[in-house]
Amino acid sequence: MENKTKTPRVGLFVTCLVDLFRPTVGFAAVKLLEAAGCTVEVPASQTCCGQPAYNSGDRADTKDIARAVIKAFEEFDYVVAPSGSCAGMIKEHYGELFADEPEWAQRAAHLKHRTYELISFLVDVLGIEAVDAEYTGTITYHDSCSGLRELGVKQQPRTLLRSVGGLTLTELPGAEVCCGFGGTFCIKYPEISNKMVGEKTIDIARTGADTLLAGDMGCLLNMAGKLKREGSDIKVRHVAEILADMTRDVPPIGDTRGA
Amino acid sequence: MSEARTQILTSIRRSLKRDSASPEMVSTVENRLKAHARNLVPQRSNLSPSDRIDLFVSMATEVAATVERLPNLSRVPHAVADYLASQNLPAEVKVAPDPQLATIPWDKRPTLTVTTGRAADRDLTSVTAAFSAIAETGTLMMLSGPEHPTTLNMMPDTHIVVLRADQVVGSYEDGWDAVRRRDKEMPRTVNFITGPSRTGDIEQTLQLGAHGPRRLHILLIDGPSV
Amino acid sequence: MQSTSHAFKDNAHGALADERLQKALGKMKVGFQDKRTRAVARLPEFDTLRDQSRDIKNHVLEHLDLYLERFEANVIANGGKVHWCRTPGEARDAIVEICRSVDARIVTKGKSMIAEEIELNDHLEKNGLEPVETDLGEYIIQLRKEAPSHIIAPAVHLNKEDVAESFMKAHDKLDPNRSLEEPRALVNEAREMLRQKFLAADVGITGANFLIAETGSTVIVTNEGNGDLTQTLPKIHIVLASLEKIVPTLEDATTILRVLARSATGQEFSSYTTFSTGPRRPGDLDGPEQFHVVLLDNGRTAMLGTEFQEMLRCIRCGACMNHCPVYGAVGGHAYGWVYPGPMGSVLTPGLIGVQEAGHLPNASTFCGKCESVCPMRIPLPKMMRHWREREYEKKMSPQAFRNGLGIWAWFAKRPDMYRLGSRIAMGVLGMLGRRKGKFRSLPLAGGWTDWRDMPAPEGKTFHQLWAERQQGKASTGAATTASSSSDRKAA
Repeated sequence: MENKTKTPRVGLFVTCLVDLFRPTVGFAAVKLLEAAGCTVEVPASQTCCGQPAYNSGDRADTKDIARAVIKAFEEFDYVVAPSGSCAGMIKEHYGELFADEPEWAQRAAHLKHRTYELISFLVDVLGIEAVDAEYTGTITYHDSCSGLRELGVKQQPRTLLRSVGGLTLTELPGAEVCCGFGGTFCIKYPEISNKMVGEKTIDIARTGADTLLAGDMGCLLNMAGKLKREGSDIKVRHVAEILADMTRDVPPIGDTRGA
Repeated sequence: MSEARTQILTSIRRSLKRDSASPEMVSTVENRLKAHARNLVPQRSNLSPSDRIDLFVSMATEVAATVERLPNLSRVPHAVADYLASQNLPAEVKVAPDPQLATIPWDKRPTLTVTTGRAADRDLTSVTAAFSAIAETGTLMMLSGPEHPTTLNMMPDTHIVVLRADQVVGSYEDGWDAVRRRDKEMPRTVNFITGPSRTGDIEQTLQLGAHGPRRLHILLIDGPSV
Repeated sequence: MQSTSHAFKDNAHGALADERLQKALGKMKVGFQDKRTRAVARLPEFDTLRDQSRDIKNHVLEHLDLYLERFEANVIANGGKVHWCRTPGEARDAIVEICRSVDARIVTKGKSMIAEEIELNDHLEKNGLEPVETDLGEYIIQLRKEAPSHIIAPAVHLNKEDVAESFMKAHDKLDPNRSLEEPRALVNEAREMLRQKFLAADVGITGANFLIAETGSTVIVTNEGNGDLTQTLPKIHIVLASLEKIVPTLEDATTILRVLARSATGQEFSSYTTFSTGPRRPGDLDGPEQFHVVLLDNGRTAMLGTEFQEMLRCIRCGACMNHCPVYGAVGGHAYGWVYPGPMGSVLTPGLIGVQEAGHLPNASTFCGKCESVCPMRIPLPKMMRHWREREYEKKMSPQAFRNGLGIWAWFAKRPDMYRLGSRIAMGVLGMLGRRKGKFRSLPLAGGWTDWRDMPAPEGKTFHQLWAERQQGKASTGAATTASSSSDRKAA
């Protein structure tokens, strides 16, 4: 699609949870993309992909937000988000929102073909097979639902993690089972959500891993929150923090520096 | 009731935003019903006749049917009597009133009590033929009719099926073709039978013989006749 | 059955606290999911068959009137009768009338979700008939006066001890000291008890997995063989089916059958797949003398042409609930009506109204597992979202939630205000959470912090730090290290 010799110009869709809770993940994404030869820009007019409104049935607000995202990002070669959920929203759902507005439908389709989840972008589009990072520990990986089922993110993070020095990957049984976050679900049905994340933390503990990784902040906040409440000392991080070799920059999610 | 019929059909057309169907739609439907075109048939059963029979045997065995191969029909009385003895079952069978089964020399095993007819509650073992057998999943295809009462497939504890090797086809579609080649109306009942009766309704543990037969024993006849 | 869908949250609360139920639900993974995975792996054409199955049903739905007319004509040509019913009441009346015409007393039944939908058993009893469920799972819950908790495994919520207890109570003429510890003993006892009912029944009612337009046949799929005894032994066979069950030809039914059992129980094929066409023929020694098809609409034709049309492709295999983590957590009864799990969350609001069943399409994380295993490729999450849209339009969602969403959307649409607000909020939260790295409670976030800690934010927002980096004046915290390590790497 793009001229290979040209430096790809990437618009980073930060995602609201990374913006608010874990800016380091955003900088990890920038670092990985720049190391891979991309120019990274962060449009200032972005807020959220619109999923909370979309999944609550508020179509009008969703469309307004989607229009803003399309406008902010359509000039880039690629749109990349450190989240399968937000990338999936832009890629798989914006089109349907504008089914009866041909002009916007076309603009949404244009964006769809250039929008990627961070790790799959690095591996599938840029052809990266290894990163320059060290992490001493045994990690296990949770496959977040949207990335996995909407975007086919499964092997890509494992491919890159295998290149991290000192890291051992042990597979999580039921890695593809939802952790119970589900956006507003965890607030609307907290008791069921708690049961689901409780099953998940049992599986996580059984792996014997000292670190849990995933590619979506929502799931990570949920699983980290449950692990911390249970008193677990398993460290929780976004996969990009490890791949960008930035684990010394910030304590694990829900932990303090020096924990 | 015809009022309900009219209203339901009207409601369908209203929902589909059309009046009665166009001539093109009618002919699409007519053609589809006449053509009975096959959809994708899995490659699994696309085999030579002998491999097809092997597939049938392995698939049937996998679902807890038992298969015994015999050179010809004259061996059937011995096979039946020996099988019943091996299972500690009484030497009594209810045989389907099928002309082909009637050619079996039952008197070769005089200790075996043979009656014919539909199944009654007290019948412990039935012997029937099969119309066809589907290698794809080890499935028997039974058509009801005067020569094959359906109760014989379902009521006795033990069902013994006499199947000729040349009746084994690859797919269900091959079976339907054979049904249509009879050039008769659909029988009242077509039973596809894959292994003995089973249930997983109690703690999802497999138990055989829920309501139908506990044992399905297939006598596969390699030769064409007696 | 009387719906308790409106009380989903309370139902779920009870289910989560029910240890016996949780033990039973724990067995579903091995029982269903692993078996399906293995069966699918053995058939390379499985996904193509799913595509074709979807296309067959889509074609049928666009020509539904024509296929129903052809089906009826062929049922009549084979000596049977079709009863068209708009409502549960019409279907119940049609069935009672048929039973009365032969002074029926005992009615055996194969498993039929439509019978649950129209509350048939209650109605038969009120009319002096004795309905006997013959599917083992259905029989067990009939004895316990419960509703099914799963569309293909109605008693999946029970353990064998529960069943033994029910049999001891119900079969009170048997030796009270007999052992019912093993599943085998329970199955044998049910077989004995039900065999007598099969022989005594005057009418047998089955559901239908398919109706075939080409031949006027109805199809049932069972493992036990109960449906076959139900329809073969009595004088009358009544098939109770909803009208979207129709497919054009035997070949079309065959294609969908290839995905049905594999999706449902992980079997290559169920033990008994039976095609029934009309009553017994001249010369037949067994089979019913009369064949009736009671064809029910009950709101389905109104779903055609709407965003819920695709739900009418459903073949009731149960794969969506077998794989649903929410169903796995709370079981089927929590959903409060006939159809649980993801398919129920779409279908139930369509049949009993979104006012009553509004919780169901919300009780999903949209993890997408259901759609990924649906043999008919029904976009279940998408249709649950459509129900949420209808609820939102009707202002049915709780006011507090709508207010929260409204405030959030207001900010999300105003990037400058969003930046300002988020900067302040995260600054405060980051400072408060710095010492422990997490919060054990937070105002307005009880739904979260009752069960989990809330990890503390880093403090500054990404956009704040990015702006600092861009201006080259980053001086503290994550920004320094982040941008410097990033520079190092890029260089």
